[in-house]
Amino acid sequence: MKFSESWLREWVNPEISTETLLEQLTMAGLEVDSVEPAAPAFENVVIGEVMEVELHPDADRLRVTRVEAGEDELLTIVTNVADIAVGEKIAVAKIGCVLPDGMKIKRAKLRGVESFGMFCSMGTLGLQEESEGVERFPADTTAGTSVRDLLGLDDQIIEVDLTPNRGDCLSISGVAREVGVINQAGVNEVEFDSVAVSSEKTFPVVVENSEGCPRYLGRVVEGVNPAAETPLWMQERLRRGGLRSLGPLVDITNYVMLEMGQPMHAFDLSSLQGGVVVRSARAGETMTLLDGKEIELNEDTLLITDDNGPLALAGIMGGEHSGVSDETTDIFLECAFFAPLAVAGKARSYGLHTDSSHRFERGVDAQLQQRAMERATQLIVDIAGGVVGSIQEVADESAIPQAETILLRKERLERTLGLTLSEDEVTETLTGLGLAVEVQEGGWKTVPPSWRFDLAIEADLIEEVGRIYGYDQLPSTHPELSAEIRKDPESKVALRKIRQTLVEHGYHEVITYSFVDPQMQKLLDPECEALALANPISNDLSVMRTTLWPGLLQSLGFNTKRQQSQVRMFETGLSFVPSDSGLQQKRKIAGLIYGESSPEQWGSSGEAVDFFDMKGDLAPLLSPLDSAEHPLRFVVDQHAVLHPGKSAKVMVGAQALGWMGAIHPGVAAELSLPKNIYLFEFDLEPLQKGNIPRFEPLSKFPMIRRDIALLVDQEVSAQALMDTVTASVSGELLRDLRLFDLYQGGNLESGQKSLALGIFLQHSDKTLTDEDVEGVISTVVERLESFHGAKLRD
Amino acid sequence: MTTELNTLVTEAESAVEKAADLVALDQVRVGMLGKKGALTAILKTLGSMEPAERKETGAAVNRAKQALQQKIEDKKGQLESAALNEQLSKETIDITLPGRSRHQGGIHPVTRTLERIEELFRRVGFDVAEGPEVEDDYHNFEALNIPEHHPARAMHDTFYFPDGRVLRTHTSPVQVRVMENEEPPLRIIAPGRVYRCDSDLTHTPMFHQVEGLIVDESVSFADLKGLIHDFLRSFFEQDDLQLRFRPSYFPFTEPSAEVDIECVMCGGEGCRVCSHTGWLEVLGCGMVHPEVFRHSGVDTEKYTGLAFGLGVERLAMLRYGINDLRLFFENDLRFLKSFN
Repeated sequence: MKFSESWLREWVNPEISTETLLEQLTMAGLEVDSVEPAAPAFENVVIGEVMEVELHPDADRLRVTRVEAGEDELLTIVTNVADIAVGEKIAVAKIGCVLPDGMKIKRAKLRGVESFGMFCSMGTLGLQEESEGVERFPADTTAGTSVRDLLGLDDQIIEVDLTPNRGDCLSISGVAREVGVINQAGVNEVEFDSVAVSSEKTFPVVVENSEGCPRYLGRVVEGVNPAAETPLWMQERLRRGGLRSLGPLVDITNYVMLEMGQPMHAFDLSSLQGGVVVRSARAGETMTLLDGKEIELNEDTLLITDDNGPLALAGIMGGEHSGVSDETTDIFLECAFFAPLAVAGKARSYGLHTDSSHRFERGVDAQLQQRAMERATQLIVDIAGGVVGSIQEVADESAIPQAETILLRKERLERTLGLTLSEDEVTETLTGLGLAVEVQEGGWKTVPPSWRFDLAIEADLIEEVGRIYGYDQLPSTHPELSAEIRKDPESKVALRKIRQTLVEHGYHEVITYSFVDPQMQKLLDPECEALALANPISNDLSVMRTTLWPGLLQSLGFNTKRQQSQVRMFETGLSFVPSDSGLQQKRKIAGLIYGESSPEQWGSSGEAVDFFDMKGDLAPLLSPLDSAEHPLRFVVDQHAVLHPGKSAKVMVGAQALGWMGAIHPGVAAELSLPKNIYLFEFDLEPLQKGNIPRFEPLSKFPMIRRDIALLVDQEVSAQALMDTVTASVSGELLRDLRLFDLYQGGNLESGQKSLALGIFLQHSDKTLTDEDVEGVISTVVERLESFHGAKLRD
Repeated sequence: MTTELNTLVTEAESAVEKAADLVALDQVRVGMLGKKGALTAILKTLGSMEPAERKETGAAVNRAKQALQQKIEDKKGQLESAALNEQLSKETIDITLPGRSRHQGGIHPVTRTLERIEELFRRVGFDVAEGPEVEDDYHNFEALNIPEHHPARAMHDTFYFPDGRVLRTHTSPVQVRVMENEEPPLRIIAPGRVYRCDSDLTHTPMFHQVEGLIVDESVSFADLKGLIHDFLRSFFEQDDLQLRFRPSYFPFTEPSAEVDIECVMCGGEGCRVCSHTGWLEVLGCGMVHPEVFRHSGVDTEKYTGLAFGLGVERLAMLRYGINDLRLFFENDLRFLKSFN
C-alpha cells in the first residue's frame, strides 16, 4: 500500500523524522518497501495568470502571452499551447528553473520574440506519466504561488508491504492508528458533517446471499454536475496512493477507500433496471467487465445484479455498462461489507486483482459502511453537488462478524515471550490498539475493535504485545538442551560419506530439477508413465522424473557444449515412480562418466573411460554390501537405455540395487550426445546399510599363493570361474582370490580367452604342507574343467 | 732385501693411486698380494733365510702387505663412491614435472551449505528429518493453518498435480509429519527441495530450505531469538553480525518474525545486493501456531514450540559471493569446480 507521508501526518503527527517513521513502520511489521519523493526536485515553478494572448507574428503555431507570475513585471512567454486563453492559471517555469528532464529554462528568442519562461504540464513536472496538455489551475489560485507549495510536493511517497493479516492497514486511517499506538500519539479522525437528506429518491436493494454480503448500503444522489472536476489536492493524494484520476465520482470512491479502507462503487442510476439484487451467479451467466473483457461466471461468484442481469462482480470489479461516465448525473452509490470468503480466490479465478478485491479478501471493518457512505456523499456534494436520498441498508446481523472476547493469561504471555511485563504496560498496549480491556485475576479480558478482525485468539494478543513492545527489545536466551544421548547406528552409512567417496573418485555433485522434459523422460524410462504437473512452468519442466538420468545427461550436454572433455558427475535425490500402490518417492544416487579416464598428464596415455573405470569407482560403495549370504553380483540383463553388451544389473542377493553401463548408442544419438558415456543409478537406501566390523584373529601360519592360468571359452564369465574356486575350497582356507590377468587374441584360438587367478591359502592353526596345497588346487582345477571346460595352461 | 721391498711397495702404491677403475685396482692387488704376487713371492723366500733375517724380513713384508691392503681398500671405496655418484647423476629426474593425479570432484555448494547448517544444529541436539516432495494439500497447507482461499496460498505459487496433490512449497510439512508421529520434546531440522511456480532472475522453480522445530514445555520467543542469533553468527563466522527481528506473518506461527542480517556484502553501508537498505532478509520464524499443534495432536496448553525456515541458496550466495541464483542448477562444471 502506497501513501503520502504528509497525508499520514495530518492524521497523526508524532515528533519524529521521516527516517524514524520508516524504521518504526518496518519494525512494527508494516515493512517499508520503498520511499520516493512525491515530486522530482525543481524550483522556480509558479502559478501564472495569463493576462494577454497574441498570435506570434512569424509562426502560426506559437502564441505570445503576457503572464502575471508574482514578479514586478508581467512575463512575456512564447508558447505552443494553442488554446491558451486570458484568465487561465497555468504552471510557469521561470528563468533559472531546471525541469526534471534536465532542461534549463533560459531567456530565449523564439522566431524573433524573446520568451521569459515556459508553461508546464503535469507530465513535464514529473507528476504524471503523460498528460493531455497543460493543467488549468482553479480560478481562485493566487498568481505567483509556488507550485511546490500549492501541491505540497515536498512530501514522500511511502510504500509498505503488508502481510495478509493486516487488511486493517490498507488505509491512511489504519496506518495512522499503528503510528499512533507506537508513539502513544493521538490520532485525528477526519471530521466532516453528514449531508442532510434532500430527496425522496431511493432504489430498491435485495440481498439474496446474506452470508456473502452481510451488509449492503445503497444511496441515490441525483443531479451531480457532470462537468465537475476532481480538486487538485484529491488528485495528488490519489496519485501518491498509486491511483490515477478518472473523474470526480470514481476518484471520490477511491479516495474514501484510501482514507478509510472501504471500497465503494458508483453505478450510473440511469443504467439500472428494477432494483439491485445481490446474489450468486447462475450457470451459464456471462458479463462484460469495466475493462471490456467478457467473462463466463462461475456459480460460486457473488454478483450485484439488476433486472437485466449482472452489474458487477461483488467486491471485485464493476461491469462495462453500469459504471459512471462523464455524462452521468444520477448515481447509485454502493457501500457494502462482503465476507472475505465470498471474495477470496474469486478475483484470481478470473485473472483479476483489484484494489477492492485485495481489501475484501483480507477483510474490511464490518462496522465502517455507514460512515464511509456519509463521507463519500459529503465529498460528492462538495465537489459535484447533487441532491441526496436516504441510505438504504440491508443487513443480516447474524452474518456480520462479531468481536469475540479474548482472554490473555499473564502466565501464557510470559512463557511465550520469555519476558515479564507489568500489568499496566500490557493494559496500555492493548488499549492503545483499540481493544476494550478488563484486568482480571491472572490476565486480561479483552474485546478487539471491529477493524482488528485479525485478532481472535490468545496468541494473536501475545504477538501484538510483543510487536508493540518491540521484537528487538525482547530478551534473547538459549533454549535448554537435554543431555540425552540419542541413537546413532554405526552401521548406517551416512549420505555424506557416500558423496565424499564419489568426490574422491573425481565426481562432481550436481543438482538438477525434479521435473524434466517429458520426451527425454519417456526416452530414458520408456516403460513408465511419469507423473505430470497440472501447471508446469514450461513444457520442458513438466513431468516428475522417474530416474535421475535426464538431469544428468542434460548437465553433460550443457558441459560438453562448453568444451568440457572429462566429466564425472553424480546426483542424489528423489525419483517419482507411479505404481499400483501409489506414488513411490524413492531416494536414488546416480552418476555418469565421460571423456578421458584420467587427467591429461605427460606420463599417461589418455584412454577413454570404460565400464571398469566406473565399476572401480563404485567398488568402495558396493563392495561392503557383499556377503556370503547376499553376494554382490553384476548380472547380464537388458535395459532399454544401456548398451546390451556393456551393462550390468547390480544385485545383492535377490535384491536389485540398480543399473550401470554404457549408454545405448541409439539413445545417445537421439539425445545428440556422444556415445562414450557410462551411467549408473542405484537405490540409495540399500547403499546406506553398512556393517559393523567383526575382527577375526590373525593366523600365525604362512600364507601360500598359487597362480593358475586357464583357457576358457569367451562366454564363460570371470565371476563363474571365481564362484567355482570359492565353492571348491573348504572352510576358511581361501583367504583371497585375485583375477590378475586376462589375455585374448594373439596366438589363442578365436572364441577363447586366458585368465590367470591368484589363489591365497592359509590355515588358522597349522602350516599348510605341499600335499595340502596340491590337494586343494587339483580339486579346483578339476572342477573348473568339468564345470566350465577350463584348461590349465602351462 | 729391504731396498728391494721398499721399491716394490712404492711402485705398488703408485699403481693403486693410478688405478682408474675397480678392474685395474684388482690387477694391482693380484700382482702384489695374489698367489703369484710380488710380495707373496718374497714371503715364499723366507724359509731359505737365516732365522734373524727371516724374522726381520717377515715382519717388514707383513707391514708392507697390510699397508698396501689398506691403500687398496681406501682406493676401492673411492672408486665405488665415484661410480655410485656417476650412476646417481644419470638417474636425475625433473622434479618440477606435474605429478600423476586423479580427477578431483566436489560437493555442490548447496549441499555444502546444507551440510554445514545440519552440522551446526546437530551439535545442539537436533535430529534431521525428511519428508515427501510430492505432498498432499493437507500437510502442505491445511495442517499449517492455511485453509483454501487463504490469501497466503496466493503467495505460494504452488505446483499442482491433477489429483490435487502439490509439490511442497516449503519444508514446513515435515514439521507436521514429525509432530504426528513423535511425542514431544522434539528438536528437528528438515532440509530439502521445495518448489514454487516462479522463474526469473531471482527465482528458480526449485530451491532448498531448512526447516527447524523445537517443541518443549517452556520454549519461548526469547529462545527463538537466541537460537537464530547463534546460528547466523556461527554460519557467517561473524561474532558481531547485526540482526533484526521484524514482526511478520505466517499462518503457521504466532508471533511471527522475519530476520534480517546486516548486509554481509557491504557491512550495512548499502549496496546493490541489499537494495541499498543495509539489511538482507534471510529467514522467517515464529512460535508454532496453536492451530498447527491442534492439527498434529500436540497439547497446546502443555507445550510451546518454535519454528524457523531459511532459504539455502540465499545463504550460500551470501556466504560464497555467488552473484546469480540460476548458476546453482545449470551445473556448469566451471562453476562447480570453484567449490572443490
